[in-house]
Amino acid sequence: MVQYSQARFDASFAALSDATRRGVLEQLGRADASITELASKFDMTLTGMKKHVGVLEEAGLVVTEKIGRVRTCRLGARRLEEEAAWLEKYRRLWAARFDALDAVVEDLKRKEKANERKKRK
Amino acid sequence: MNAKSENDRNPTTVERKSERELVIRRTFNAPARIVFEAWTKPELIMRWWTPKSYDTSFVSCEADVRTGGTYRFVFRGAGFGQPMAFFGRYIEVVPNARLVWTNDEGGEGGAVTTVTFEERGGETLVVMHDVYPSKEAANEAASGAARGFIETFGQLDELLATLGAGRS
Repeated sequence: MVQYSQARFDASFAALSDATRRGVLEQLGRADASITELASKFDMTLTGMKKHVGVLEEAGLVVTEKIGRVRTCRLGARRLEEEAAWLEKYRRLWAARFDALDAVVEDLKRKEKANERKKRK
Repeated sequence: MNAKSENDRNPTTVERKSERELVIRRTFNAPARIVFEAWTKPELIMRWWTPKSYDTSFVSCEADVRTGGTYRFVFRGAGFGQPMAFFGRYIEVVPNARLVWTNDEGGEGGAVTTVTFEERGGETLVVMHDVYPSKEAANEAASGAARGFIETFGQLDELLATLGAGRS
């Protein structure tokens, strides 16, 4: 697993540590919803729901878009997975390059040793 | 004997440091002068920059590795019709220690790459930073499925900072 993931996934889990926020994700898994709709469904004030959605949005789990006066929320988790996949692809390219570089480095080390032996003679 | 399996090799790690910066790390079992040589001589670069498993190969490789010098790598590959050129300028060269180059093929908004070579007990840690001039440029580079990933991780970093602040 690549290093970047731990801290980031910790943040996602922190966002998921709240029952209301988990409920919101479940709800958005079924259909997109406005903040007003979510607030009424969870029997909360608009301000309270805005805060929860804000935390989910910051963790990349929810994406919101304001159209006119309505802010619509939808799931953003898939994006996170795609992004992690892109980063892993990038890591693999460099890992393959570096494995090939190992062979070049070994070659140079051998040559250097051979030259040292020659010098000593 | 068989070729080394992936588990025997030194690991390559990637870390998204910020919305504008990507860091790759890898240790090599050789002194810095040897690893540096392999990054700075075109005939050596050509032996490792296009891994066999990626089905790409060099058409040409020019690298004038000194401060102010330029490079131009041209590849052909099964995945793209026309050969592709990658080019830029070395803005800092410190022998056996540090290389900094620009990535100009995409016009403005290309990353600046810094590679450092740190020797410890005969081994060399190579740290490679890609820094984009703006969040937008970084987003542009991570195109396609990845579009927006830097933005998301940036948001996560902010969240972490918020959570940390809440605890203290």
